[in-house]
Amino acid sequence: MQHGPATDWSKDKASSFKTRIGVWMFVLYAIIYAGFVIVNTFNPKIMGSDIGGSNLAILYGFGLIIFALMLAFVYNAICTAAEEELNGSEDDELEQEEVA
Amino acid sequence: MYETSSWAIGVFVAFVAFVLWISYHFARRTKTAKGYFAAGGNIHWSVNGIAFAGDYLSAASFLGICGMIATVGYDGFLYSIGYLAGWIVALFIVAEPMKRLGKFTFTDAVDAKFNSKGIQLAGAISTLVVSTFYLIPQMVGAGTLVTPLLGLSHWIGVTMVGTIVIIIVATAGMASTTYVQFLKGGLLIVFSIAIVIVTLYNGLTTQPKSSRDQVFQPLPTLAVTLDADGRPQPQDPAYTLLTTASPAKGMVFAKLTHGDAPSWWHLTKDDNGSDILAGTYWVTTLAQPVTDKNGQLVNTLYNNIPITESKPIQAGHIHKLKYQGQLVQSVPNVSIAEFLEVIKESTITRFLSKTVADGPDKVTVYYQHHTTGREILTPGIKFKVDSAKGATLMDKLNFVSLMMALFFGTAALPHILIRYYTVPTPAAARKSTIVAIAAIGLFYVLTLFMGLGAMVNGVVDLTDNNMSAPLLAKSFGITLFAIISAIAFATVLGTVSGLIVAASGAVAHDLMDRVFNMKLTDHRKVLAGKIAAIVVGCIAMVLGVLFKGMNVSYLVGWAFAVAASANLPAIIMILFWKGTTKYGVMSSILVGIVSSVGLILLSADMFERYGLARSSAPIAIDNPGIISIPLSFLVLVIVSLATRKEADSSDQESSSPPARVRRAVSKV
Repeated sequence: MQHGPATDWSKDKASSFKTRIGVWMFVLYAIIYAGFVIVNTFNPKIMGSDIGGSNLAILYGFGLIIFALMLAFVYNAICTAAEEELNGSEDDELEQEEVA
Repeated sequence: MYETSSWAIGVFVAFVAFVLWISYHFARRTKTAKGYFAAGGNIHWSVNGIAFAGDYLSAASFLGICGMIATVGYDGFLYSIGYLAGWIVALFIVAEPMKRLGKFTFTDAVDAKFNSKGIQLAGAISTLVVSTFYLIPQMVGAGTLVTPLLGLSHWIGVTMVGTIVIIIVATAGMASTTYVQFLKGGLLIVFSIAIVIVTLYNGLTTQPKSSRDQVFQPLPTLAVTLDADGRPQPQDPAYTLLTTASPAKGMVFAKLTHGDAPSWWHLTKDDNGSDILAGTYWVTTLAQPVTDKNGQLVNTLYNNIPITESKPIQAGHIHKLKYQGQLVQSVPNVSIAEFLEVIKESTITRFLSKTVADGPDKVTVYYQHHTTGREILTPGIKFKVDSAKGATLMDKLNFVSLMMALFFGTAALPHILIRYYTVPTPAAARKSTIVAIAAIGLFYVLTLFMGLGAMVNGVVDLTDNNMSAPLLAKSFGITLFAIISAIAFATVLGTVSGLIVAASGAVAHDLMDRVFNMKLTDHRKVLAGKIAAIVVGCIAMVLGVLFKGMNVSYLVGWAFAVAASANLPAIIMILFWKGTTKYGVMSSILVGIVSSVGLILLSADMFERYGLARSSAPIAIDNPGIISIPLSFLVLVIVSLATRKEADSSDQESSSPPARVRRAVSKV
């Protein structure tokens, strides 16, 4: 039995571009996450520094969650724009299929 | 024991009935393998995104993380951060390629380029091992939840969850599982928001109510004088010192008697520096059981009362509440920022425990520890990372290893990966991941407030912190508790359903159809999947009973480490290194499984669980990720380089993979 994809879709000409963008965004986030882990590991006192009513630990932690969401939205906007530009009308058909 | 509530039972029964109706509804539509294993591949991305959240926010997230934050503060929140960060790997690296390459299972994707029996077998084994590790804590959690909710014993709870999940999966597979997860994910987030809003609205106080009828009672203190041997002698003549115990250097517990009632006390100092005995809670494990008022044999006592007649020991409150520079008794209606600021400036009473021998019996004493809010909101209470407080290099490596496993584990969990096949296109896979990040991120932010809310509201069950979030809800009223408990139960149902679908796919699709070449028709493959789901469900029930009492979060940590070691290196290298060979992939998956599981079994934590000395463990590190993940990558590269020529020639001889798969691989 064939074990390819369960559904069919048109050729995605934006695929390699999206992969490159994804890798760069992953590297960016991984660096910031690694920074968080390194500071927690080797200088945890800094994480207790006051910033306004809160501290660095809380703000960095929330920041990582919010930054992940922001990057996700930016990535989606870039990918969607690339799909529209490179795939054109094929993508519109796909969207219609999805909604259906 | 927890008191059961008919309202809670009613909500629970209604919820289960609705879930079973969903399964019945979708069963009529699920006739093909595509329908059973991938919900027809036509789930809308927004539904799939929330279903992702339902899949991912397991008992470990809702019960485990909230409980951990309630007892160790910020260190518990580190799990939330790590679990969420893992979705970045899923979105940027895995989401679209997984959809492009695979059909029903994780193995489909890693094998798409090679069509190798070895990879199919290794992938199926990996799926089954990771799913099993993840299933055990979910089933244990189910038993833990059902006990307070319905007043049933642990094994009945496990059996009940197993049976319901088997019905969900065996009737309509991924379709019903998806909608159960969607429902559960949505409800979990909505009602977590409700708990946080009520927590903030109620504000903070030094005199919390742990339930509507249970008002906080501060533990008493006794003035003492130390005798010539340094033993604390109460100044109140009504109390007599029976014995003392020293579970650690500089720590003294005293057993006093007041009339006939013995009690345990902790020698400490008051604000003026004078020696005092502070009251404690204690749990006695008797060498010889006693009979309770119903004639039942009991060997556990809570504060001298048989466990069957006692309420759970709930505690934790604000010791000194500081608001705008002033010590106050309460602060009503705080904002999110004020909540954190007030906790940071205040001092919280947490309870730590030590076990001492009392003749043939063992006594676990829960004593008060006043911790500053600043300590609670910074790392270091659970994870020993501060060298100034004696953290060793190994402690630091353990922490890094855990954070690494959380980051890389998410995108390698089989029950998460198969959800990419339920949407129609790679773009929909990406969008559903973004919805998942939004929903899961929001939930993890809420865990900090639910956990801290439980910590300061006198609701933490000292013997089992997993119930912190539901008990916080209970302190606000039985209705919220009933709904939250039903959702917590659904949390287990959703995740277990996803895991059983993944395991069922590994058996029916990967092993039977592909590895053993049984040439199943579409109909027979669905039948095989259903039978596999029933068998896996039964195994999960047995494991859930056998592992009763084992720490839920600990086992989930195993699953993440094993998944990150076994699956992720193969996925990433197939996508980004053309030199990857089938032998490299096979070796990487198997080495990842063996090294991660082996390191866990030989770790100091496990030796302690075996009843052996930690120092006798051959492996000093507790979380294997920092060794097993790089090792799995390394093995893949070395084996691929060593087998490059052989792989090239066998590739030419083997039948070509489908054209669409070749195109998909070449694009990435």
